[in-house]
Amino acid sequence: MVETSKESLSIQDLGLIYQTSAGPIEALRGVSLDVRDGEFISIIGPSGCGKSSLLKLVLGLQDATRGEIRIAGVPVKGPSRNAGGVFQSPVLLPWRTILENVLLPVDVMKIDRKTAMDRANELLKLVGLGGFETRYPFELSGGMQQRAAIVRALVHDPRLLIMDEPFAALDALTREQLSAEVQRLWLESGKTIVFITHSINEAVFLSDRIIVMSARPGRIVAEYKNPFPRPRTFADMGSPELASLMIDIRESLDRASAT
Amino acid sequence: MSTMIDDSAPPEAALRPLASSRFGRIGEALGYLAGLLLFWEAVVYLLDVPPYVFPAPRAVATSLWQGLSSGTFFYHLGVTLFEVLIGFVAGSLIGLLLGIGMVTVPFLNRVLYPYVIAIQTVPKVAIAPLMIVWFGFGVQSKIILVAMACMFPVLVNTIAGLRSTDSDRLSLVRAMCGSRLQVLRYVQLPSALPYIFAGLNTGVVLAIIGAIVGEFVGARVGIGVLILQANFALDLATVFALLVVLSATGVLLNGAMHLVERRVCFWSGRSSK
Ligand SMILES: Nc1ncnc2c1ncn2[C@@H]1O[C@H](COP(=O)(O)OP(=O)(O)O)[C@@H](O)[C@H]1O
Ligand SMILES: [Mg+2]
Repeated sequence: MVETSKESLSIQDLGLIYQTSAGPIEALRGVSLDVRDGEFISIIGPSGCGKSSLLKLVLGLQDATRGEIRIAGVPVKGPSRNAGGVFQSPVLLPWRTILENVLLPVDVMKIDRKTAMDRANELLKLVGLGGFETRYPFELSGGMQQRAAIVRALVHDPRLLIMDEPFAALDALTREQLSAEVQRLWLESGKTIVFITHSINEAVFLSDRIIVMSARPGRIVAEYKNPFPRPRTFADMGSPELASLMIDIRESLDRASAT
Repeated sequence: MSTMIDDSAPPEAALRPLASSRFGRIGEALGYLAGLLLFWEAVVYLLDVPPYVFPAPRAVATSLWQGLSSGTFFYHLGVTLFEVLIGFVAGSLIGLLLGIGMVTVPFLNRVLYPYVIAIQTVPKVAIAPLMIVWFGFGVQSKIILVAMACMFPVLVNTIAGLRSTDSDRLSLVRAMCGSRLQVLRYVQLPSALPYIFAGLNTGVVLAIIGAIVGEFVGARVGIGVLILQANFALDLATVFALLVVLSATGVLLNGAMHLVERRVCFWSGRSSK
């Protein structure tokens, strides 16, 4: 436990097989990954390669067939307070206001609402949702709903934030804005973030490290470092380093999808 | 709501927004009702139909006025309403709790489901005499009949609602270390509310039927008793007047349910995925 304490997230030889009526489906095979405390990594891979399954395993929503996951050194045996998750859709509860939605983990985990309230309001302001606290989700745009979902995942102050294609349902412009906001959140909070995406652009813009996964059964086939200094801007994406990195990832992803 | 008036349109079109407004629609409905009553009165008068076969609207109105102004209708309606409301609340609560129990505890589901179906398939009219024997001519037997009538739709809809909760919502609360009970409280029950209200809306109607059936089979007071008495006396005008009272009550209860539903499920039907 002492030697792994530097790792916020540690995945060892993870395998997952779904038993279905049509026979077993091997979703993940031999996935090993260490994520440093405070690191931002992206996982990119073809559709159906087991990315969402990986998120469910990390969040303790289902059990792996083999291997082990540790968050801050503690083996994952079920849901943990050390991790916060953001799904592809915001999954806001329509009967709760934005503030109440954001405070849902506080209610469920029985954290004192008064102390959490300050943090919630501060985070809401940080993502540009100040003034929308008493609105209902259906009164907000998709981008604003997803911002609220990110705040909700952070409100109980977990070490690790894992996001599963959080911008997939949004338009290109909103995606860019939200990427910039996620970068700012990350810079200001120092969280460890695992970002699952389909977009090479987003992965490169945001990450210290980009992990490429193969088609099913999902394996890690390549890994790219991105030491480009922060804060990054979208103009930086045109720089030679980042442009060539994107091409490399593109090629690797094409090979991964072909197999 | 379209309230645009196009100057170039013919005059009939300019009247449209009025007819489509709320008052316009009510006025329209009242107009049709007046027409129907007139036609009815004319047929009874022209064909000289005897009042013990089919009463004229004016005779019904007179009976209705007498019943209401003397307080007789209100007294009996009060008793029937009491049976309906108490039975409805009790039956709905039992249906709701049973539904929650059967969804959360698979064992309960296996044990209870056959009995619930068995009880439901027996017509309430067939059980009514038994209830009178066991619980007497007073309100208790009616309350039990009403409760049995409205329990089932609430139960079935509660089960359907709880089971159809979006799996992402379940994962959400489970990922927050939520217990089974917290998942139920924070997402399953609220998500099921539109279903539960569908059950309650059906339940209200069945509750009135249950109370009247109970009063037909054996009671001393209640609208059902008045209907039977008037029927025996061939006083069909009073029977019709009582039917008017009953349907007005049904419409009001139904309206009240919808009002509550709109307050509680204000979010229903608005997408926020
Ligand atoms: N609950 C499940 N039961 C059976 N098969 C599943 C289940 N969830 C996912 N799968 C299968 O596992 C594979 C990986 O799915 P998923 O993790 O959703 O991939 P991704 O998010 O990368 O698109 C897919 O082929 C999918 O059909
Ligand atoms: Mg996915």
